[in-house]
Amino acid sequence: MSDFAQFVFSGLTTGSIYALVALGFILIYNASGVINFAQGDFLMLSGMICAALLGARFPFLLAIIVAVLLTVVSGLVLYRLAIKPAGDTTVVSLIIITIGASIFIQGAVQVVLGKNQHTLPSFSGHKSIEILGAYVLPQSLWVLGVGIVIVALFGAFFKLTLTGKAMLAVAANKLAAQAVGIPVHRILLLSFGMSALLGGVAGVVSAPITTTVYDIGLMLGMKGFVAATLGGLGSGVGAIVGGLLVGLFEALVAGYISSAYKDAMPFVLIIVILLVMPEGLFGKKQSDRV
Amino acid sequence: MLEVTGLTKRFGGVAAVQNVSFTVRGNTVHSVIGPNGAGKTTLFNLISGVYVPDEGEIRLDGSSITGISPDHLASLGMSRTFQNLQICMNMTACENVMLGAHLHTKSSLMRGMIGGSRRQDAELRDRAVTLMEYVGVGDYAGAHATQLPFGVLKRLEIARALASTPRLLLLDEPAAGLNETETHEVAELIRNIAASGITVVLVEHDMKMVMGISDHILVLDYGKNLAEGTAEEIRHDSRVIEAYLGAD
Amino acid sequence: MKTLFSRSFIATIVALALLPLVLVNDFLIDVSIRVMLTAIAVIGLNILMGFAGQVSIGHAAFVAAGAYGSAILATHLNINPIISILVAAVGVAIFAWVIAKPILKLKGHSLTMATLGLGIIVNMILINEVNWTGGPDGMPVPPVRIGDFAVIRPLHWYWVAASTLIVSMWLSLNLFDSPAGRALRGLNGSEMAARVMGVDVGSFKTRAFVVSAVFATISGSLTAHYLAFVSPVMASFTHSVELATMVVLGGMASTYGALVGTALLTTLPQLLGGFEDFEMMFFGFILMVTMMFLPMGLVPSIARIIERRRAR
Repeated sequence: MSDFAQFVFSGLTTGSIYALVALGFILIYNASGVINFAQGDFLMLSGMICAALLGARFPFLLAIIVAVLLTVVSGLVLYRLAIKPAGDTTVVSLIIITIGASIFIQGAVQVVLGKNQHTLPSFSGHKSIEILGAYVLPQSLWVLGVGIVIVALFGAFFKLTLTGKAMLAVAANKLAAQAVGIPVHRILLLSFGMSALLGGVAGVVSAPITTTVYDIGLMLGMKGFVAATLGGLGSGVGAIVGGLLVGLFEALVAGYISSAYKDAMPFVLIIVILLVMPEGLFGKKQSDRV
Repeated sequence: MLEVTGLTKRFGGVAAVQNVSFTVRGNTVHSVIGPNGAGKTTLFNLISGVYVPDEGEIRLDGSSITGISPDHLASLGMSRTFQNLQICMNMTACENVMLGAHLHTKSSLMRGMIGGSRRQDAELRDRAVTLMEYVGVGDYAGAHATQLPFGVLKRLEIARALASTPRLLLLDEPAAGLNETETHEVAELIRNIAASGITVVLVEHDMKMVMGISDHILVLDYGKNLAEGTAEEIRHDSRVIEAYLGAD
Repeated sequence: MKTLFSRSFIATIVALALLPLVLVNDFLIDVSIRVMLTAIAVIGLNILMGFAGQVSIGHAAFVAAGAYGSAILATHLNINPIISILVAAVGVAIFAWVIAKPILKLKGHSLTMATLGLGIIVNMILINEVNWTGGPDGMPVPPVRIGDFAVIRPLHWYWVAASTLIVSMWLSLNLFDSPAGRALRGLNGSEMAARVMGVDVGSFKTRAFVVSAVFATISGSLTAHYLAFVSPVMASFTHSVELATMVVLGGMASTYGALVGTALLTTLPQLLGGFEDFEMMFFGFILMVTMMFLPMGLVPSIARIIERRRAR
């Protein structure tokens, strides 16, 4: 039983990380219809930058703040330099542009910060806490906690602030939002920034557990995307549930079947889901408007 | 030829089309008109298999085609154009029309790769050019789709739809965005198409054009049948006048 | 159109036939062979990405499948490499056909993500199944034999690569101008339009997927026997990205573009010393900039400019 609890906690922890990546995906997707292939790289960026700053003897808190800020800046730059100039182009073009951006970012980090793995110190020590027979790292609780706080903040943002509602408007109908005077480009810029913020925070919080390296964004991005698709590619709740489910599934497979192929599991899962339930758990049935 | 009974389609609680019924006789030009949002394009999408109806039936020459996919409908002799132009901008004008004849080609990848369609291709190309001339865009036979003006693209789509030698041609707002001269030419073209034995159903906003070429008109309002009849009858129908004037 | 095809094609054949005269040392011959073998895979990927518009960033999986497939059959089962190449091609074709069905139900980015996952999984399998694959260090591969004659000399490989490339180009050029090719390009241009004209979109996507996989497989198998070595790097994400970038840069849907893209992106890094470190940045940059400013790719864009000058 304690084994099971162990797997569950481990699954929920990684699941929270996937959930945050998934949220980042749908934030941008809902606002602009673009799937940002560089989403996972936001997590990587903040983790790597923080590790580098720590190496340069920055105080921990400052390193975290600077790392997250720089990640947000990179998100804004990504929109401004790569997405906005592309204008109203084809889906294929946008896919390739964001893939290019992702690879470019990975390459830049590789050059500037090296190929090595780095780890960040845990926020509150590494003495495991025993919960329900499982040994849980305090950092896991940080991940879960920060995740909940972020989700709550974002939820409040969308429900209570004018900007948040404007963003929902753009997501629902870009043309109409423009017609009512909502500055669509600024909203899109904001969505990229927020998404990068999400990724940045998730990155520093999870790096102590997962360690970080220049190409970790790839796997994270893919699994986050699976989570987002599982959740219906549009719903915040869906993204969270999807992320947790993917994390749990992965942990249980790793624990009970084989850990060598655990990274392959999300891929298998998404194939099965898309065959059985193409619109995901919470998504709406798609009708092509012609 | 085409029989629609009790067709209903809802999008999240709103009925875009509700209990619509009408019959189209072979070899006629049948128009569907109505104010914006009346459900005309939805009706079209239902008939052409893009949407599946929630209720009702569609019959082509007596057999049910309700819910059949668009590519299957093409093999039954149905063809259509699109309101917002679905021209393949990555191909030349001629290739677009040649694509229209897809069902009449031997389109296996193997055959294509070993060059087995050489002769067939030459014939297809000739036919495509002929069709382009027929619809009045013959001058653009050598051009790439991205080089064509809007009016030409609209007629190119008609040429493409004709390439499959359909029995039933659905035209979705063929005159939308065209100036007066171009609208005239399109109206003339539609008359010629109907005269050649193809049944035409069209959705349109341009009342003058519709009145001029239609054998039969169906008026929709808020997704429901409002009125049906010849141009003369519709012109004087008080409900129709109210629906249009009221909308202003 | 047909005249252009014949003239350019014959020019290409002639150029390839005469090229060895200029290749003064073994290094240059080696680079040429690599370019040609890679180009075969890129031409195949072009059919999937350029013609049909299905973006795949996992295509290296098929190249590696061909390489390892043939290597394993030739090494562990002692099959003549010529046969093992063909068997690998058939095997991968079947595999591609099976996974195409679920994957191609996805559209746009979902499909691309799925191809990414495919690449990662194949990479994982090649690294983990040490008994069969030799693990992360790879394994040696026997040379191609015809009777007692082993194809080892660089010049012999040049002719093998060149002739296979010519055949690949011929197949791809034919396809472009055929009803099937138009169906593929049509469903890229407007899937809805293709559908209402009777194109069975799902079936065509699947066929494009399988065909492109077979091209990749042949490329991989030949590379394996040429290098006499295979390693999991062949299935890496980086490799998939290189292939996709070659298609994008050279020109989506252009066969000559695929060759040009491959040549440029294989030789340029050789010229820029110390490139290894900057490789990812470079490829990422090319992808972005090409798509933003030259979305049709090099060859079609240049062809367009030439056409416009002629029209004057």
